[in-house]
Amino acid sequence: MAEVKTILATDCGSTTTKAILIEKQGDEYRLVVRGEAPTTVEAPFDDVTVGVVNAVREVEELSGRKILFEGSNPGEGIKIQVPTKNDVGVDMYLSTSSAGGGLQMTVAGVVKMMSAESAQRAALGAGAIIMDTIAIDDGRKEYQKVERIRQLRPDMILMSGGTDGGTVKHLVDIAEMLISADPKPRLGIGVKLPVIYAGNKDAVEAVKQILGDRVDLRVVPNLRPTLDRENLQPAREAIHELFLQHVMQQAPGYSKLMTWTSSGIMSTPNAVGKIIQTIAEQEKINVLAVDIGGATTDVFSVFSGVFTRTVSANLGMSYSICNVLAEAGIENIRRWIPFLADEGYVRNQLRNKMIRPTTIPQTLRDLYIEQAVAREALRLAFEHHKSLARELKGVQQVRTIADAISQEGTGKTLVHLMDLDMIVGSGGILSHAPRRAEAALMMLDAYQPEGVTMLAVDSIFMMPQLGILSTIMPQAASQVFERDCLIKLGTSIVPVGIGKEGQTACTIAVRYRKSQECEAKTYAIPFGSIKVIPLGVGEKAEVVITPARGFDVGSGRGRLHTVEVEGGVVGLIIDARGRPLVIPSEDDKRIAKLREWMEALGLRPE
Amino acid sequence: MGTAYTPGLKVSSKTTIRKTRRLPLKGEVNVKVGDHVLPDTVVARTELPGVMQTVRVAEYLGIEPSEVERVLKVAIGDEVEPGTVLAESRSFFGLFRNECKSPIAGTVEMISPISGHIGIRYKPTLVEVKAYIEGDIVEVLPEEGVVVETTGALIQGIFGVGGERLGEIKVVVAQPGEIVDEDSITDDLAGKVIVAGANITGMAIRKAAGIGVAGIVVGGIIDKDLVDYLGYDIGVAITGHEEIPTTLIATEGFGVMRMAHRTFELLKSLEGRQASINGATQIRAGVIRPEIIVPIKNIVVASVDSSAEQTLELGTRIRIIREPYFGMLGEVVALPPEPVLIESGAKVRTLKAKLENGEDVTVPRANVEIIQE
Repeated sequence: MAEVKTILATDCGSTTTKAILIEKQGDEYRLVVRGEAPTTVEAPFDDVTVGVVNAVREVEELSGRKILFEGSNPGEGIKIQVPTKNDVGVDMYLSTSSAGGGLQMTVAGVVKMMSAESAQRAALGAGAIIMDTIAIDDGRKEYQKVERIRQLRPDMILMSGGTDGGTVKHLVDIAEMLISADPKPRLGIGVKLPVIYAGNKDAVEAVKQILGDRVDLRVVPNLRPTLDRENLQPAREAIHELFLQHVMQQAPGYSKLMTWTSSGIMSTPNAVGKIIQTIAEQEKINVLAVDIGGATTDVFSVFSGVFTRTVSANLGMSYSICNVLAEAGIENIRRWIPFLADEGYVRNQLRNKMIRPTTIPQTLRDLYIEQAVAREALRLAFEHHKSLARELKGVQQVRTIADAISQEGTGKTLVHLMDLDMIVGSGGILSHAPRRAEAALMMLDAYQPEGVTMLAVDSIFMMPQLGILSTIMPQAASQVFERDCLIKLGTSIVPVGIGKEGQTACTIAVRYRKSQECEAKTYAIPFGSIKVIPLGVGEKAEVVITPARGFDVGSGRGRLHTVEVEGGVVGLIIDARGRPLVIPSEDDKRIAKLREWMEALGLRPE
Repeated sequence: MGTAYTPGLKVSSKTTIRKTRRLPLKGEVNVKVGDHVLPDTVVARTELPGVMQTVRVAEYLGIEPSEVERVLKVAIGDEVEPGTVLAESRSFFGLFRNECKSPIAGTVEMISPISGHIGIRYKPTLVEVKAYIEGDIVEVLPEEGVVVETTGALIQGIFGVGGERLGEIKVVVAQPGEIVDEDSITDDLAGKVIVAGANITGMAIRKAAGIGVAGIVVGGIIDKDLVDYLGYDIGVAITGHEEIPTTLIATEGFGVMRMAHRTFELLKSLEGRQASINGATQIRAGVIRPEIIVPIKNIVVASVDSSAEQTLELGTRIRIIREPYFGMLGEVVALPPEPVLIESGAKVRTLKAKLENGEDVTVPRANVEIIQE
C-alpha cells in the first residue's frame, strides 16, 4: 500500500454526519479540520451520501483541499476522490454509521440467564441495539412470545441455546416459534430475515429442517459450547458481515457509500468500542466512556481488562429525548434545571426538540434544559450498563476481551467507581458543551464518580472515526486521539460519605510540580460544596487527601490518601457534595445549590 | 455553505402529489397504470399469514416424538377445523383410544419428528390497501403496490397522531391565533376535518372525538392534552397506528402556537373540499410527516427544481423553529461564513434574518426551516 498521507473519515449519526480530515505532518498524523451536516437518510433525500457530501464540502471549505469530484459517467454525480489524484481527493476514506436506527436485533436463547445472556453479549458486543430477548424460561406464554417476535421487525435474529451435545428439543421449540411468528426484516420488502444460529451443534440439522428456506439462515459455532465456556467471536463476525451485506445495502444510499469507502462501514458503537479498548490497554487503566447521541446512548467500560459495551436504545438527546422524559420522569429532569421551570413548558420544549431534532439551543435557559435531560439520559444508560456489567461467577471463560460482557444476576458487578481511573464523554451534548466545565459537571452529576478519577471529553466528537481508523492504522489513530481528540477536563476528587452541610469533608494538600519549584497549598473542603483548584493541562501535582471521619477517597474511611494527579482545562475538581448525591427537594434551596455548584466551576447560571 | 438547514415542511396550493401505496408484504395489484382511482378504491391486496399454533401431540398422547408419524391422521397442507383429529393412538391392546384434536381452524404446516409437535397456521387475514387520494395510477410496483398521482394542495404538519381519514374541510376559527374550546365543537362537524388556530383545548379534542370528527388540524397542541387524549405518553415519535377516532395534526409544534398565516389562509381557501389526511409521523429512519391532501383537478403546476428549493440563500423565506423566536417568519439577509457566538455560549454557523415585524435577528442555521412553495 502506498503511503497514506491524507485520511477522510465520516460518522453518519442519526442526526448529524461528521467528517474529519487527518493529514500526516512530519512523522505524525494530526487532525486538520472537521465538518458536519445534517444526516440525510430521510425524505426528501433518502440518501446518506447527500449528508456525507455536505459534511465533506465543509471540510473542503475549511481546509482548502479539494476532495470531491464530479463523476464523468452519466448519473454518477459527486463523489469522494480516493486515492488522491492530481492533488484532488484523499488517500483513504472510512466511515461509520448509526443512522437509520443503527443495527437492530432480536436475540433468542434457551435459558434466560445463560444462553440468552450470551447471545445478548454477542449482539451488544457487535454494536447492536437489542429490541427484545426471547428465552424459553422468560416467563412469557408461548403465544405472547410469538406475537412479540411477529411485531418486532429486527434487522436480524441471533438464536442460541444448549451446550454442544445438550438440549435439542428447546432449540426446535425456538425454531418453531420463529416459523410460527413468520417475522419480517425491518428493511426491504420480500427480503428474507437473516437468522444466525449459534446454538448446540447437534441441533443444527433439526433447526435447518424447520426453518428451511423461510429465513436467510447462517450457522456459526455455538456461542456457549459448554456451560463454562463462551465463544462469542464467530457470532459477532457473522453479525458484522450481515450488517454490511444486508442492513447497509437496504439503508438509503449506503450501497453507494460503501463503494466510496476504503473498507466496509462499521457500526458506530463498534468503532467507539475499539478506541476505548485501545486507551485502556495502552494506559493500563479502568475506563468508562459514553457516547450520547440523538437516538441512543452507548456506554463502554473496561474494568480489570474486561470490556463491556451496552447500547441503550431510545435514550438520546433528539429523537429519543421524550423517551428520556418518559423513563426518568419530569421531576428527575427538573431537579437539574438551575431556575424555576414550569412543568408544562419543559414538556412542550422537549416535544419540540423531538419533532425538530436537528435544532440547537440558542438561549442559555434552553441549553440548561437540554443539559438537565442529558444528566438523566446518562444516568439511565449507566444503570443499564451496570445491570449487564457483571462477572461470570466461578466460570472459566475462553473469550476475547472484546466479547467479555458480564452476566446479569449471576456474578458480581464489574463497575467499581472507586477503582475507575478515567471517564470519557462523547456525543454532541458533551463534546459541544459551550464551556468544558459544563461537560465536567454533567458527568459528575450523572455518574457520581468516587475517589480520584480523570474526567475527559472527546474534543469534537470523533471517537467513532478514530475507532475504525484504529483497525487499519492503529498508530495514526492513537496519535490523533492523544493530540487532537482527548481533552482532559481535570481530575475529580470525591470523598465518599455523608456529612453535615458546611463541615469539613476533607483537607487537601496540593504540592505543585512546576519545573524545579515545589509549592504546597492546603485547602479545607466543606461538605456540600465543589471546589476547583487550578491545575492546567499537562500539569501534575502530588495531593495528600485527609478525609474526615466517615469519608473515603480510596484508602478507606478516614484514611489518608496520597496520589499524583493531572490537571486539565477545568482544573482539579474537589466534589464534596457527598455520595450518594442528594439534591434539596424544595425549589428555592435546590436552585440555590445548583447555582452555587455551577459558580464553583466558573459557570454562569443565567 | 448553504447546506446547514432543516428542510422545511411543504405548504402548497398547487403541486403534484405522488403517494406510494405499498403492501406490508407481497401480494397482488388490482389496478393498472392510467386507471383513475378514488380514495376508497382498493389498489392492492394480500393475505397476511396467520400465526402458527403448535399442538404438542407427542406429549398429549404420551408417546415418543418419533412415534408421532405412525399415529398421524393428517398431512402437511391439510385444512383442519376445531375438533379435527390430528393423531390417534391406541393403548392396552388397542382397547383404549386417545385422540389429539385440533383446537383451531387452519392449515397443517409442520409436523416435527424431533419435537413431536404439529404446527397449524391460522387462516390468513385479508389486507387491502386503498388509494387514499383521488388520482391516477402512474406506476405499478409489481406484487407490492402502486403510485397514485394527483394535483392539488398539500400541507405537511410537524406532528400528528391517528391514521388515514377522509373528510370535508371546515374552518372553525376566524383567525390563526384563536384557541378552540369545546363550545366550538358542534354536532354538525361529525365526519369533517376541522381547522383550528393556535390551539385546541383537551376538552374540545375529546368532544370532537366523541361526535366523530374525522380530523383536527391545529397550530399547536399542549403536550399534556395529547397524553390525556391518547391515554399514554409518547416516548419515541413513531405514530399513526393509535386507536383513536379522530386524527390530530399540529402544523407548528407543541404549546399554544399560532398557525402560520400562509397555512391558515390556504386551508381557509380549501373549505368545503374533500381532504385526505394522515397523522402518521416518524422522525427518524425515513421521516414521515403528517399531511393534508386536497386533490384539485385541472390546475397547472409549475415545475420546480427540487434541489434549488432546498438551498439557503439571501432572500430565502424561512421560519424559525426554536426559542427565542419560535414560529416567526422572515427572510435571510446575511449568511456569515464564520461561526458566531450565540447566547448559549456556543459558536455556531448562523444567519441573519429580517422578521415580518421588521426586526433583524441572528439565529443558528440549524434553527430555521425553509418555507417551501
